[in-house]
Amino acid sequence: MISLWRDMNRRGQVTVALAFVLLLFAPVAATRYVLSVLTLILYFVYVGQAWNLMMGYAGQLSLGHALYVGLGGYVSAALWVHFGIGPWLGVFPAVGIAAAFGAAIGWLGFRFGIEGVYFALLTIAFAEFTRIGFDHIGFVGGAGGLFIPYEQSRLGEWWNLRGSQLFFYYLAFCLAVLAVLLTALLARSRLGYQWLAIREDETAARALGIDVFWAKMKAVLISSSMTAIGGVFYAFYYNSLFPAQLFDMSRSIELILGPIVGGLGTVFGPVVGAFILTPVGELLISLTEKAGINAPGAKAIFFGLILMTIIYLVPTGVWPWLSQRLGFTRRRS
Amino acid sequence: MSPLLSVVDVGKRFRGLVAVDRVSFTVQPGEIFAVIGPNGAGKTTLFNMIAGVLAPNEGTISFRGERIEGRTPDAVCRLGVARTFQIVRPFPGLSVEDNVMIGALLHRTDMAAARRYAREVLATLDLFDKRDFRASTLTLPDRKRLELARALATDPKLLLLDEVMAGLRPTETDRMVEILRGVNRDMGVTILLIEHVMRAVMALAGHMLVLHHGAPIAKGAPQDVVRDPKVITSYLGQETI
Repeated sequence: MISLWRDMNRRGQVTVALAFVLLLFAPVAATRYVLSVLTLILYFVYVGQAWNLMMGYAGQLSLGHALYVGLGGYVSAALWVHFGIGPWLGVFPAVGIAAAFGAAIGWLGFRFGIEGVYFALLTIAFAEFTRIGFDHIGFVGGAGGLFIPYEQSRLGEWWNLRGSQLFFYYLAFCLAVLAVLLTALLARSRLGYQWLAIREDETAARALGIDVFWAKMKAVLISSSMTAIGGVFYAFYYNSLFPAQLFDMSRSIELILGPIVGGLGTVFGPVVGAFILTPVGELLISLTEKAGINAPGAKAIFFGLILMTIIYLVPTGVWPWLSQRLGFTRRRS
Repeated sequence: MSPLLSVVDVGKRFRGLVAVDRVSFTVQPGEIFAVIGPNGAGKTTLFNMIAGVLAPNEGTISFRGERIEGRTPDAVCRLGVARTFQIVRPFPGLSVEDNVMIGALLHRTDMAAARRYAREVLATLDLFDKRDFRASTLTLPDRKRLELARALATDPKLLLLDEVMAGLRPTETDRMVEILRGVNRDMGVTILLIEHVMRAVMALAGHMLVLHHGAPIAKGAPQDVVRDPKVITSYLGQETI
């Protein structure tokens, strides 16, 4: 991450530092609504970054990341609701189970040479059958959902992830910052270079002595574990979990749009992407509500149009274009 | 001196077709060894068996006394056998330097050391000034050199070159010959090359093997091999000499 900082010029460093400080002190000025939107943005920065590691760096397309969010959320919520085990402990089994699913998908895909879109289909399949499975697990409420009771008396118990909007804002902020730092660290590591090689050309990567199977497994394991932590956050922030919502394909898509729009395989792409898409989405919701339009598809159509425009104008993502236009990146000498 | 690479009675069949038929040869440390022969002679199949892409149906391949036949390409590379591809495969979206960096990271864990070494190799191969270019923007001769640089960065004992001269103009070929000589002499890398460009083979190789329909038809010093009547009729043609 030191090299990430060094690779930027003064202007880039100032901008990043300014954004950090602004976000750190945002709650001073922000209303509750703005704060909730910012929390959502930072959540998408976090999970987008997790997906970006796997797709943007290692080149493995997952369209089923909702699986890991769902597993992380359900495991930690069930442990809390049924056994009173707090999320700071519950996060470990949550991550473990999500990583086990990730390992199963990775092993099947990478061991048997299922690549590209076929690998993506495999990830969708796992998310879908897990969704159907959870519909029938009575222990976690089945299709009727699992609810974390909202208890006024527990507000402020940060060790149980019970807190105010402000608390969740800072939690999301920490997660997002850590995810960016981790990505920066990995991107400049030996493993990061191995991922890039695999993304670009697997056969050539193998010829350079890279154990392709393990490098890809590491990508899935890291990505699924990170995403599961996002799931824990989601569960305790929203307090209600439904299989049909949590594991749905649309949730997987929602999570990957930020990195795609912002710039795949870049450290700040998922950040920029989330800051563009999430506010636009929220704005469209409130606009259609105010205008009294009762067409559920209207938001999706506008959103789709905006996406198409961005992808048409900057095919490699907003961040690479932006950082070049604003002169953030320094050419290495 | 024990050989660096020894190939003993190696054969490969694809269904009924015999691609390589009981081929044996040894490569001594420090030499440049060439495999030549007409198209379809089984050169690339032989090459792929050494590099771990294909497993032979029979015979053994040993590198520094260790059996390597049937191992995976990455395992073979980690032992010290690097290769280039006949149709070059640079990592197109990465910079020239990062391409070579990936090779340099095979036996280096320190990022700064790997970068230093990558730049050293780039300088040797006249690519230093182009280190920030995306690999996809390079011309063919540059790509060939990049492919070589990336393989060299893995610190190989043995370098397998699959038609590294193909598509180069005579002046570019001469430069490549010069580079390979330097690699062999200064870096102490043994070279096994498959080549069609006789001008380069004659300039480089200390020993050579001629394959025809998968079988070896001649072996020895280049000057002797090119006078062999069998080699002339099956491959070179009368006027080459």
